[in-house]
Amino acid sequence: MSDQAQIVDTLLTLAAERFGRDRARLSPGDDFFDALEIDSVDAMTLLTAVEERFGVEIPDYEVQDVRTFAALAAVVGRRL
Amino acid sequence: MMLHPPAYASLGELLSDALVQWKRETALVEMDRKRLTHAWTYRETKDEVMRVARWLASLDLAPGSRVAILMSNQSRWLVAACAQFRRGLVLVPVDYKLSESEQLALLAHAEPSVLVIEHPLAKRFAKAPPVRHVLVSEAPEGTTVGQRWEALPDVDGAEDPALVPRTRDDAACIVYSSGTGGTPKGCVLTHDAYLEQLYALMEIFPMRPGHRTFSVLPTNHAIDFMVGFVGPFACGATVVHQRTLRPEFLVSTMREQRITHIALVPVLLEAFERALDEKLDARPAWQRAALEGLSAINLALTRDKADPAISRRLLGGVHAAFGGHLELVFAGGAFVDRARAERFYRLGLPVVIGYGLTECCTVATVNDLRPFRADSVGRPVLGVEIRIDQPGPDGIGEVWIRGRTVMKEYFREPELTAKTITPDGWLRTGDLGVLDASEHLRLVGRSKNMIVTAGGKNVYPEDVEGALEGSPAEELAVFASGYVWPRSRALTEEVLFAVVRAKATEAREVTRWLTERNRRLPEHKRLAAVLVIRDAFPRTASMKLKRDVLAEQLRTDHTEADLIPLMTTTHAEARP
Repeated sequence: MSDQAQIVDTLLTLAAERFGRDRARLSPGDDFFDALEIDSVDAMTLLTAVEERFGVEIPDYEVQDVRTFAALAAVVGRRL
Repeated sequence: MMLHPPAYASLGELLSDALVQWKRETALVEMDRKRLTHAWTYRETKDEVMRVARWLASLDLAPGSRVAILMSNQSRWLVAACAQFRRGLVLVPVDYKLSESEQLALLAHAEPSVLVIEHPLAKRFAKAPPVRHVLVSEAPEGTTVGQRWEALPDVDGAEDPALVPRTRDDAACIVYSSGTGGTPKGCVLTHDAYLEQLYALMEIFPMRPGHRTFSVLPTNHAIDFMVGFVGPFACGATVVHQRTLRPEFLVSTMREQRITHIALVPVLLEAFERALDEKLDARPAWQRAALEGLSAINLALTRDKADPAISRRLLGGVHAAFGGHLELVFAGGAFVDRARAERFYRLGLPVVIGYGLTECCTVATVNDLRPFRADSVGRPVLGVEIRIDQPGPDGIGEVWIRGRTVMKEYFREPELTAKTITPDGWLRTGDLGVLDASEHLRLVGRSKNMIVTAGGKNVYPEDVEGALEGSPAEELAVFASGYVWPRSRALTEEVLFAVVRAKATEAREVTRWLTERNRRLPEHKRLAAVLVIRDAFPRTASMKLKRDVLAEQLRTDHTEADLIPLMTTTHAEARP
């Protein structure tokens, strides 16, 4: 598995656990607002969980237009 | 002693005085997550301001030249603003949350001579913004974007660059109230408008040294500009910024920095309520019942006038969730849910509800908390007249506003200005309301086709139509529900919906297409529902949609119950 694929995989597992969703039904291209049925406030708490898991700090402006797991993984990847 | 706004001719004069008058008080505190980045006294802030003012002076700009600020909330935003006001320039605050193309469009319209920007935002632009002088903060050495803020020479006892005088009638700011497509609406607000508004608000909600206001709304927003900048500076209070605006860091900063004042939009108020509920749910039932009892006692004791000290004694545990020092919450930018405001008040956290438009500075009416009423948006503030135009038998009509706080014009848009401000100076708001016997304004709907999201964003349906080109429907238009059915929904539940003309056999395909396309729209532009009709849309000879006629037809033939919901998820920004 490439680094990027690894990040996406970890991200999907983390998101599924956090919001009690079925991991198997989430895929990298999904819009996480829709797939997790969360709003922007929930999304911010997800972001913090992601930071803790990967040990990175992601400024708010870097995720302003991010909507999919894959795009979020790319942001994380750039920070690692 | 607070500064006395009527004694000043311009914001530049008032702010320059504030920097001297309050020299030992703390002016600016900046946090990044849980770390303190810096805390500057007014004296130290003045040094920063003069560094920037000196650079501006070296550019030889004519008074009245425009300076755009494009930065997230931070100390340097206010420093840059103070510096350019000192130099007699006109501030164009640009929303850092807009997309690059939206920001470029506003810059192209405003044509500033100077842009002050933070590097992380600057590097999003594919090509350099069309501005002659750029001051960039946090850029690496050797940047080609412009002058590095960090490389500005220190003051070192040099003489302060001169204060360039302005008159009350001169423009202070050009604030864009919407700018995402359509005609950019740059509200030209004078020094008089701001000083007048500041005076009115300081009378009702005085601040003092030791108060600490938390600036979380973008500072280009009229409310934060007043509550998170000019107001506290006039009173020697402290402005606290947090670079990461996520709820957990907001709460830790509120606690750490002993925040007393905060301005929020309803979506953030909702986030706070959710955090509170989580805390309460975790407690045993008897504790929750006891809290209800204490809330009732608190309400009885503070009904006529909010008293945070009493409330804190009674409800300390709840207050700790908000840092434990909060005295006032200003809510505005969109309509506040009445039950939510009442709940906060019962818990001893006074929520000040106001009503205003960028077109009239900050607020036109405000609830002065004497007594607290969540059913209205309050009474007109000092110097503002409100009138209901052509009221119906129920007293409801369009809200018109007149006074010194009303903007001069829309920048470079005389036609739009003429449509918005009557020859005798009344600002037509497009909102529908009624005034009660005690002069309290109650809003009931809109007569213009737009929504304000719970996040405080103005969204115009015409802008959303542009993003729905290529639909399989024969015709398509987007409306705000409150425009078509003005009185049927609470204003906190305004939504956008699409009207499509399609055959019964095609309706499902159109709906599927819209659902798919909807996902790709930014949250605030998403449609909540669709309405399928059979008849051709009314159009002019040049095929332009007769929007008001179509709205009238929908009003006659349909109710909101006919709307088919499009989304499956809930969204904090545009909750259906």
